Amino acid sequence: MGELKKMKDLTLEDYQAIGLKSGLEIHQQLDTEKKLFCRCPVRPYSERFDAEILRHMRPTLSELGEYDGTALMEFKTKKNIIYQINKETVCTYEMDDTPPFELNSEALDIAVEVTLLLGCKLVSEIHIARKQYLDGSIPTGFQRTTILGIDGSIPYGDRKIGIIQLGLEEDACREVSDTGHMRTYRTDRLGIPLIETVTYPEMRSPQEVADVANILRYLVRSTGRVRTGIGAARQDVNVSVDRGQRVEIKGVPRIKDIPLLVHNEAFRQVTLIEIMDELASRGINHLTFKTQTSDVTAVLKGTRYYPVAEALKKGMGVRAVTLKGYRGILSIKTQPETTFAKEVSDRVRVIACLDILPNIAHSDMDAETFSGAEWTKIKKSSGTGENDTVIVVWGGEEDLDTAVKEIIIRAEQALDGVLDETRQALPCGISGFERVLPGPNRMYPDTDLPPIAITEERIKRIRSLLPELPWIRRERYIKDGLSEEKAQRMSISPFRELFDEVSKGSGFEKQALASFLLDALRSLERNNRIENLSAPILKRTIVAAAKKGLCPEALPILVKQTCGRGMIDPEKAVDGFVKIDDKDLPERTGEYLRSLELPGIDRKRLVDFLIGRLKEKFPGQASGRRFFELVDRFVGGDPL
Amino acid sequence: MWSDVEIDSTRGNFKGIILPRSETADDTHIVLKMDTGYNVGLAVDTINSITEHGRKEAHYKIPEKEFPFDPKKPNVKLLGTGGTIASRLDYRTGAVIPAFSPGELYGSVPELADICNLETEKLYGVFSENMGPEQWRGTAEAIGREIRKGTSGVVIGHGTDTMHHTAAILSFMVQDSPVPIVMVGSQRSSDRPSSDAAINLINATRTAAHSDFAEVMVCMFGPTSDQYGLLHRGTRVRKMHSSYRSTFRTIGDIPLAMVEKDRFVPLREDYKRRRSDRNVKINTAFEERVSILYYYPNMNPDILEALIDNDYKGIIIAGTGLGHVNKPLYPALKRAADKGIHIYMTVQTLWGYVQMYVYDTGRDIMDLGVIPAANMLPEVAYVKLGWALGQSNDREEVKKIMLTPIAGEITDREPHNGYLIYQGGIPEVEEFISRFKK
Repeated sequence: MGELKKMKDLTLEDYQAIGLKSGLEIHQQLDTEKKLFCRCPVRPYSERFDAEILRHMRPTLSELGEYDGTALMEFKTKKNIIYQINKETVCTYEMDDTPPFELNSEALDIAVEVTLLLGCKLVSEIHIARKQYLDGSIPTGFQRTTILGIDGSIPYGDRKIGIIQLGLEEDACREVSDTGHMRTYRTDRLGIPLIETVTYPEMRSPQEVADVANILRYLVRSTGRVRTGIGAARQDVNVSVDRGQRVEIKGVPRIKDIPLLVHNEAFRQVTLIEIMDELASRGINHLTFKTQTSDVTAVLKGTRYYPVAEALKKGMGVRAVTLKGYRGILSIKTQPETTFAKEVSDRVRVIACLDILPNIAHSDMDAETFSGAEWTKIKKSSGTGENDTVIVVWGGEEDLDTAVKEIIIRAEQALDGVLDETRQALPCGISGFERVLPGPNRMYPDTDLPPIAITEERIKRIRSLLPELPWIRRERYIKDGLSEEKAQRMSISPFRELFDEVSKGSGFEKQALASFLLDALRSLERNNRIENLSAPILKRTIVAAAKKGLCPEALPILVKQTCGRGMIDPEKAVDGFVKIDDKDLPERTGEYLRSLELPGIDRKRLVDFLIGRLKEKFPGQASGRRFFELVDRFVGGDPL
Repeated sequence: MWSDVEIDSTRGNFKGIILPRSETADDTHIVLKMDTGYNVGLAVDTINSITEHGRKEAHYKIPEKEFPFDPKKPNVKLLGTGGTIASRLDYRTGAVIPAFSPGELYGSVPELADICNLETEKLYGVFSENMGPEQWRGTAEAIGREIRKGTSGVVIGHGTDTMHHTAAILSFMVQDSPVPIVMVGSQRSSDRPSSDAAINLINATRTAAHSDFAEVMVCMFGPTSDQYGLLHRGTRVRKMHSSYRSTFRTIGDIPLAMVEKDRFVPLREDYKRRRSDRNVKINTAFEERVSILYYYPNMNPDILEALIDNDYKGIIIAGTGLGHVNKPLYPALKRAADKGIHIYMTVQTLWGYVQMYVYDTGRDIMDLGVIPAANMLPEVAYVKLGWALGQSNDREEVKKIMLTPIAGEITDREPHNGYLIYQGGIPEVEEFISRFKK
């Protein structure tokens, strides 16, 4: 067990050697007016709330008659859950005081559309299921969710990435805080329609996962009917390596964060397997696994180790748990800046609710904690021998039993290597324990709603309106002369339909038109120059400019007039634009260039400088290329 | 059914376990449970072939553990009539079905063992809309038996829809109970993690085992939050919302008490105290030909005529305002009175007393033989009239029974805080609901 490997040093072959497999679950909010199972508006999010309610969650039996592991874990944590209610965006449905209304048919249409785009097999009839979430993120304790299609695929290079299923479900609450036994949620996001796309674990390197996430994002955006912006799309990434387990990292907000998370998780698993082998070689198994717990509250009276001194001041207790034969294990690095002790600490934090960190200390730590004499006393009272390690934990008496139990459980689980669990993405590409991975036991049918048939008529209607697949559109744009970068962005831009319409026969150079739509327009928008931007006016402006033979570079100037504060009629704005005839351009620009005092800089810089000046002086009169040509001639000695 | 199959259909291949289909759904689809846990429906006419690989039948069972016995703890009897205090899924109908044995209850609500020694008896397994005189009688008799056997309290599991009807009739059929009789149910069935069932059951069981309130009561959520339960007197309680957890409200008065996690907070002093004797009066005589007539403008007298012609013995009118109906009904009312039918007036406003002297209409109606029933709730008056007619058919005797309060169904005075339904939007109300988790 040496240093952890760094992502930049590894190739696809290295990841294949450890057997990395990764899959994605992408959650994407749909752009509907109302929520999925009630008639609340989907926006706006707000910090303001008008009331709060308090609830608890209890595990229930699943349809197949078993308790779900996650459910039991959440029950152990005994959380008070507070929901903040904003009256604009939440009704009694979200509060779980009213049964669901009929499923939003607009959302169903969009979900069917994406199912078709993914090439999934559509079911004939959707059945609403309840997926249990006992963390409180949904007041009912379950998410209403349904499967529309299974077994689709998307192209990735020369391969295909399989899609397991596409589901339609309601979004959950936003967490506000989670401290001790109190967790608070905001309910405005709750109930927003969401599609969940699940891929097979067919990605083989961290970068492949990000690539596929991007393709899926483009695909759903190509419908033009999904929400964008922070939190509108969230990725769950699952990772496993050979001899490992499927571990899910939840709620990764940005695709660019994915590769490092996948890399670190892969090597966390590799390390856990090495720890398992090490323990086996020490002869420790489930039969010989032994611990000894003692109350060391009295022993540590007067300690100068700050966290424990503070805890004792508040009348809390301290326990020591000796792990027989575990010497050194807790300080093995599992992730950057993180050791195996973090796995234990996480459990204590999440399940026993001892969330003021540090919440444990152990005898293999390098950091300053207890004094040497205190460690000796701790070891003596809990029977820690030469080959053992001892973990000290402190907290309220009501939580200490749970904490000790969880320490023992997690330590013993080290004998099993990797555990199937859900982890939370943390900054810097590492992850922390969130909960035990839920299984199919948490699914059961929703008895409040009847099944809904997906009729052939519905499919036919939606199929006839399917957008061109983004990767096909992208190829077409490349063929039409767009750069790869512009083709990629235009293929998923909200302006792609407009681009197709106006680029046909406008005589505009396509790359320039794409630049205008993708970049110039955005920058104008950001600078609040076009607060009245509307698609029809934009289109009329472009068409009129094309008709007059203007170049795309004139468009920003025109749009500022037609979509800005003045809202000038597009045709009028174009009429008012005085175009210099191209054959007069050399003379007019030459005259100007000759009047300038030229700075003494190298040729390339000079050219750029002069092009800039021409763009300023003759805005929208010519393409960048044409200005370059003129400046190039001028600098080359042609007086123009 | 329960076959593990692979289905080849025109929409593609699907793998999973075939589930029973709800009886109320169409018969053109089959339901498949995939290994992700999701169910999907496949149209039968799209299926080309089905290959069976095996079977996997579900076993629904609430983990059953023997309910521990502690000689130091009081004994409580839980009588089941239906409802979803504890339940599991029924594939046939897609609905939840109750689970009930002490072992099953202990398996799903282990906290009960800290409260009492629990015994259960399933009297009925009906939805609450199917409760009626037969079940009321049976329940009252069972309560009598348990009290005489020495129970410290009785809990009655009941569907919520007609819980207040049953609470009212039990208040008349079971009188002078020495122990608490607590009705309980749930608004969110216990197959849901957010269910109110466990807390309601815990509150009700604690009330039965340890409280001093020897009355027929309903014990359900106070606010929609998981904070405290309320004990409502059986004759003044009503279900007031089709789906809220806090649906049960005391009408025209204040509740008896709050049930908090570790104590009872009485809100009034006039409750009957727990006694150690075993004397209880059980009187289950009941005349079934009684009806409620909910008056509406332009009501045609033929409705009332139909009741008269069908030999109804008693009619409760839920009148408008202080207790009114329109003139066209007068001849029919006269005919009913002449035929010896007992007619009582209540108010559909629910809050407030009948007062038939204020307007001429009221006086006219009284002259026709209609008797004002003070502030008895219409449903309470309905069950009480059935019970009174079980005792006697004499007009004066019945009137005496009807107008003499037995269990708080008529009160002398309405306190100023007996009519409180706060209205949203008003600043002080908004401030209140934002400060307290209600």
